Amino acid sequence: MSPPPTSPQPRARSPRPSSGRYSLWRLLAEGLRGQRGWSHAWAKAAPKAAYRVVIVGGGGHGLATAFYLASEHGITDVAVLERGPIGLGNVGRNTTIIRSNYFHPANIRFYEHSLKLWEGLEQRLNFNAMVSQRGTLNLFHTEAQRDLFTRRANQMRLLGVDARAVSRAEVKALVPLVDLDNGRYPVLGGFLQPRGGTVRHDAVAWGYARAASALGVDIIEHCEVTGIGRAGERVTGVETAHGFIQADLVCLAVAGHSSHLAAMAGLTLPIETHVLQAFVSEALKPVLDVVLTYGAGHFYVSQSDKGGLVFGGAIDGYNTYGQRGTLPMAEEVAAAAVTLLPGLARVKVLRQWGGVMDMSMDGSPIISKTPLAGLIVNGGWCYGGFKAIPAGGATTAHLIAHGTPHPLAAHLDLARFAAGRCIDERGAGPFPYAH
Amino acid sequence: MLRIPCPWCGERDETEFRYRGAAHPVRPDAADDLEAFTAYVYERANPRGWHLEWWLHTGGCRQLLKVVRHTVTHEIAAVTGAQEHPSLPPDETP
Repeated sequence: MSPPPTSPQPRARSPRPSSGRYSLWRLLAEGLRGQRGWSHAWAKAAPKAAYRVVIVGGGGHGLATAFYLASEHGITDVAVLERGPIGLGNVGRNTTIIRSNYFHPANIRFYEHSLKLWEGLEQRLNFNAMVSQRGTLNLFHTEAQRDLFTRRANQMRLLGVDARAVSRAEVKALVPLVDLDNGRYPVLGGFLQPRGGTVRHDAVAWGYARAASALGVDIIEHCEVTGIGRAGERVTGVETAHGFIQADLVCLAVAGHSSHLAAMAGLTLPIETHVLQAFVSEALKPVLDVVLTYGAGHFYVSQSDKGGLVFGGAIDGYNTYGQRGTLPMAEEVAAAAVTLLPGLARVKVLRQWGGVMDMSMDGSPIISKTPLAGLIVNGGWCYGGFKAIPAGGATTAHLIAHGTPHPLAAHLDLARFAAGRCIDERGAGPFPYAH
Repeated sequence: MLRIPCPWCGERDETEFRYRGAAHPVRPDAADDLEAFTAYVYERANPRGWHLEWWLHTGGCRQLLKVVRHTVTHEIAAVTGAQEHPSLPPDETP
């Protein structure tokens, strides 16, 4: 007979184990010691009864917010609650592209701030996130599109952001695979942001989690939030799988599920949830060293360091919380791929997956206070949340620490909808499925 | 692939249809305040469950339809004409 299972004892909070500083010398030394000196990158924290700040969602924005709260504002009494393990949500489901080539000046400034933070991120976090500024090349196929892209590039240059026009010949030199004269949509040229590129997305989650944990933030995995506590018009904490956790301030960073969490507090947001698919091909020899986007359909592609082509297209187009895509959009993406790059016709797709996203009513994100005191929302990222992680985290942390929006994110408030200040990058109107 | 049973044309592939968004918001009265119109234009319940929505059968009868569809399972419970008021099944947590 085996002994009866013992009930788990409440554990005393042990001193936070440190994963130490990562360096070439450490790597060499561990190689000689049989790799026995490595420890967990971040501490597996158990929740306390109360925190100054509780961040719901251990994705890119939640972890980055926690890191900047601790590092920039000295606020370390912070818990990040994640329903599953770190890195399995949208931060690990995107196509890893970073860029700041937007249309509206306020968006350019915000995303350029993010790009600058990406440029110093690995040193800041002491974590190799494989930031690769290989350039993003947007192709155009009509004269009208040339005008629009030229205007966009000029707007960027006026704000000191890198962008330049690229001729047909240069497009061919940069990406020999492109079929310039394809029958339906011949390529007339492109516009290049040389500082755009890709980042290893998993490493972004791990790097922020490790750095935040080292500064004293509690990262609590497998801790689903099931309710939000309210006392009148103030939020008091969150109901979780591990009981009620009291908080002076709760920040939702759960893009894809923002409406669901906000509803727990009795709020309705200007957001719908939609699915975006992504695809990876089998590994190829190096064939593509920029991020390439097609202007005559919704298609973008880059090549990962493992050799797989990482690509995607538009959202499936109707409300869904299903983290899977349907075949009509997969077919449309594949058709765009082989129209632009006919050489890919015989490349096999290795994996396909879907991520559910907050599609906001104007296509722009939300970093904002809410009508409830003590509740802040970071969400509405549509299909562009990954590139915004550093700036989203930094500006959300600023809003939490100061109670006033960061100047670069002040336009992303919830009040903009009622006030008629929508930031409609695509000019599609209040229809999330059209952005 | 969704298969949508159009009341006029029968069950057809989703590619014949255009999605036109949530069908539950009701246009406020002209005399109502800004808050009511903001809610109507911008705020969405965005349920994880049964959802009432517009689909336009562009590749068929070109009728505007109301569809009751589940946003997790994609199951379709009802498809009616635009003037009808289909009821939503009770929500069981998926």
